[in-house]
Amino acid sequence: MSMIEFKNVEKYYGDFHALKHVNLKIDEGETVVLIGPSGSGKSTLIRTINGLEEIQEGQLLVNGFDLHDPKTDMNRMRKNVGMVFQHFNLYDNKTTLENVMLAPRLVLKRDEAENKKIAMELLEKVGLADKAANMPSELSGGQKQRAAIARSLAMRPKALLFDEPTSALDPEMVGDVLDVMRDIAKDSSMTMLVVTHEMSFAKAVADRVIFMADGEVLEDSTTREFFEKPKEVRAQKFLSQVEHH
Amino acid sequence: MNLLQDNFPTFLQGFGYTLLSSVIALVGSMILGTGFAIMQIVPQKWARKIGNVYVQVFRNIPLLIITFFFFLVVSKYIKMSGFTSGTVALMLYTSAFIAETVRAGILSVDSGQMEGARANGLSFAQAMQHIVLPQAFRISLPSLGNQFINLVKNSSILAFVGGLDLMYQGNMVAANTFDTFSTYIIVAIFYLVITLPLSYYMQHLERKLKHAA
Repeated sequence: MSMIEFKNVEKYYGDFHALKHVNLKIDEGETVVLIGPSGSGKSTLIRTINGLEEIQEGQLLVNGFDLHDPKTDMNRMRKNVGMVFQHFNLYDNKTTLENVMLAPRLVLKRDEAENKKIAMELLEKVGLADKAANMPSELSGGQKQRAAIARSLAMRPKALLFDEPTSALDPEMVGDVLDVMRDIAKDSSMTMLVVTHEMSFAKAVADRVIFMADGEVLEDSTTREFFEKPKEVRAQKFLSQVEHH
Repeated sequence: MNLLQDNFPTFLQGFGYTLLSSVIALVGSMILGTGFAIMQIVPQKWARKIGNVYVQVFRNIPLLIITFFFFLVVSKYIKMSGFTSGTVALMLYTSAFIAETVRAGILSVDSGQMEGARANGLSFAQAMQHIVLPQAFRISLPSLGNQFINLVKNSSILAFVGGLDLMYQGNMVAANTFDTFSTYIIVAIFYLVITLPLSYYMQHLERKLKHAA
């Protein structure tokens, strides 16, 4: 069953055509990596999936919700779709533990004792149990991102969106965050869409790679196909550029 | 000193009314001001318009005129005392300034906070209440403190509409004793009894919340 489906989606910022005729299908449990040069519309695309950006034309179905329908209850849709941001967006006025516990308490009305137990387990899983009482300002970038991942997981989402999760991190912090993401990808029921420049992560974890440029999806292939013989000239060029670094 | 002793119950009554009016107006203007601040930043155009008109009207008319409007015009239709007219006027007038202060505070909270909360499943209202507003208040604390202190001092407009407040009682005592100088010194000290602790408390709060962040 498809978890995310774009049908002829168009997105504009004023005159700027940000997403051009996007058709895309991501099945439940799939791990898909979205790559492309900066300004290609990757972030815009991933942000439309949980309604942070509106689309102007076409149809976008996420977990059965029609996002272009004004009657769709976005809050209900978002219960099942988590997002991890480039700049973490942790709640600056809450401790790490409270960051993880807030949404399940308010949105899912999860029992307080159970909520705390789940939150602590998740912090344990991402290696932050000892930071539970700390404020986000006291965490390093990598710790912040792992806390943000724990916060998303606490909602028990069906799909997780990662918008350049390691781009704002110091190089030595990247590994820990990718390890956590790799763990999540092992869970076969979780649908993951990851915008990233980490090619080794894509090779190791992705089922499929989507390549975008100038607001268009140019290539949509299995990971092996994509890295061994990309079809599109622009994808070939992009790969040769990133792999020289 | 005799003046204070002889008229102590009068001053104390005035002090009580000033304090009561200030507390009511402060709580009311915080609620109204926060409400109108949020109205000015929601996506709905009509709400933004209403919020903006409200703020412009009450911010740009002298407090005394708003007070007279309630005391002389509104009170014809809805029965209210001078104390009530003055307190309501003070509340509305101050709420316009608080709305502007809180709105600026909300806008200076990083937009990622709202996005993070919405993506996490929180509704707009929940995100405002738990994430954005607490941070906005902290940012606006210094100017909110100024608004509160202005509010206490501005409550002296009650004297113009027989509001029984400190200023009103001071005027009475001055008229009876002809000792204007000492009377108003005493009145000023009574105001300081409210405003000085208030401003120290706001400073304390600022310091405390700075460490919490």
